[in-house]
Amino acid sequence: MTDQKPIIVVKDLYKYFGEIKAVDGVSLDIDKGKVVVVIGPSGSGKSTLLRCINHLEEPTSGEIWIDGERLTRTAKQINEIRAEIGMVFQLFNLFPHLSVLENVTLAQKVIRGRSQDEANQIAMEKLKRVGIPEKADAYPSNLSGGQQQRVAIARALAMDPKIMLFDEPTSALDPEMIKEVLDVMLDLAQEGMTMVCVSHEMGFVRSAADEVVFMDFGKIVEHTTPDGLFNNPQNDRTKLFLSQILEH
Amino acid sequence: MAEQPQAIKPIIELDDFSSKRKLRDLPWWFFALILIAIYVFFVISTNEEYNAAFDFIKIGLQVTIKTTLIAYVFAIIFGLLAGLGRISKSLVLNNLSRLYVELIRGIPILVLIFFIALVGVPVLVDGINNFGYWLSDQGLDFLGKIFTAITNQDISMNTRAITALAFTYGAYLAEIFRAGIQSIVKGQMEAARSLGMSYGQSMRYVILPQAVRNVLPALGNDFVAMVKDSSLVSVLAVRDITQVSRLYAGSTFRFREAYIILAVMYLTMTVILSLGVQLLERRLRKHD
Repeated sequence: MTDQKPIIVVKDLYKYFGEIKAVDGVSLDIDKGKVVVVIGPSGSGKSTLLRCINHLEEPTSGEIWIDGERLTRTAKQINEIRAEIGMVFQLFNLFPHLSVLENVTLAQKVIRGRSQDEANQIAMEKLKRVGIPEKADAYPSNLSGGQQQRVAIARALAMDPKIMLFDEPTSALDPEMIKEVLDVMLDLAQEGMTMVCVSHEMGFVRSAADEVVFMDFGKIVEHTTPDGLFNNPQNDRTKLFLSQILEH
Repeated sequence: MAEQPQAIKPIIELDDFSSKRKLRDLPWWFFALILIAIYVFFVISTNEEYNAAFDFIKIGLQVTIKTTLIAYVFAIIFGLLAGLGRISKSLVLNNLSRLYVELIRGIPILVLIFFIALVGVPVLVDGINNFGYWLSDQGLDFLGKIFTAITNQDISMNTRAITALAFTYGAYLAEIFRAGIQSIVKGQMEAARSLGMSYGQSMRYVILPQAVRNVLPALGNDFVAMVKDSSLVSVLAVRDITQVSRLYAGSTFRFREAYIILAVMYLTMTVILSLGVQLLERRLRKHD
């Protein structure tokens, strides 16, 4: 469990949905404090890979190691490890029956056993960090998409996670709201949070990513740096994909 | 629409039309109900025969209300457990709840009330008693006593009737809870699980609060239905308003008085409760 060891190890991961090979033999090491962005065409298995890391999808075969501990299939251990991994979803998935503050305090109280006061205090800290402390008493349905996603980030951060997973966090947002979410993510990256992001925001890749993983047909086609990706892509499929999304 | 200056005439016509529509849309049936109720209450308070019948029958109100309320509380518990079982990944729980729901829904409520009160409860209690006797035979008298403390003689028909209603309605409520839970999008469970909550914690804090809110009107409707179906327990000689009315009619031959009053009593309860459910529904919709 020294710092040299990667905090996330994915080893020979396969995930089939019936006949469909969503993840088809992926191995990936991610070091502590690194920001890794996973890109690739839709259906290439990026999201499935991300969801396997915290076992929202149970892998068909293969190993996932988090911080030196292998994820088994026992529910208790998986719950404990999930509490250390924050996840942000494309559709925010805030709890609509709870206020913003309650959204951010619920898991703190239930899982971390914090008192109401302590949880509130930490929640307000995190809400300040994502820039919307004034919305603490609002309900999710009264927030814009960008605000909801920032609350979702605050909710994950309140658990003091070691790792943050982002599953296309800006894909469901109107263009003018993308920046406010990316700014929060950029902040996190600069503070040294280990992040794995499925995203097509090339601006974010340029300014924040340490590594870029390009996936296609469930396999990792190229694992490189942002510089390598933009200036020296090796694989033909990577080049084709880049030309398609950078054209506009 | 009203901004167009040249459209004055059509607007008047439209108004005429809508006032006609308004007349059509008034809840005439409800006024008729109120009129009937007022008339019956007037008759009860002025006519001595009706007055006497009413005084006799109202004694059963307490039993009707108590039976319905207690049975409903237990039906909610059975229904919630069976509803959770229906969506459970566990093969045993899933099939057990499915069996329960299908069994109950395939049998008329009247038959179920006979069956549970006169077969189900006695067989179950006998079984528990026999287990107690067996324990005593093994020399575990202190344990045996627990299982033989209550015998079939101790269980009143009221209790059996409540058991029967609760068990029956549990199956109907199970389907309501199941539908409510399944109406919550998958992302809610995933978000809760990703924060480290167990399946049970996610259900309790995230899924069920939303699901129950969604099905409150349906639960209310089933409560109204249960008020009416509670009349079936009269076949077990439980002295609810139906049974008391039958007794009164049988002994005085005043069938008309007895059954008019009985019908109006049920109607009063169900109309008031239905209005309550509608108000609840409207309030919930406003908050969405």
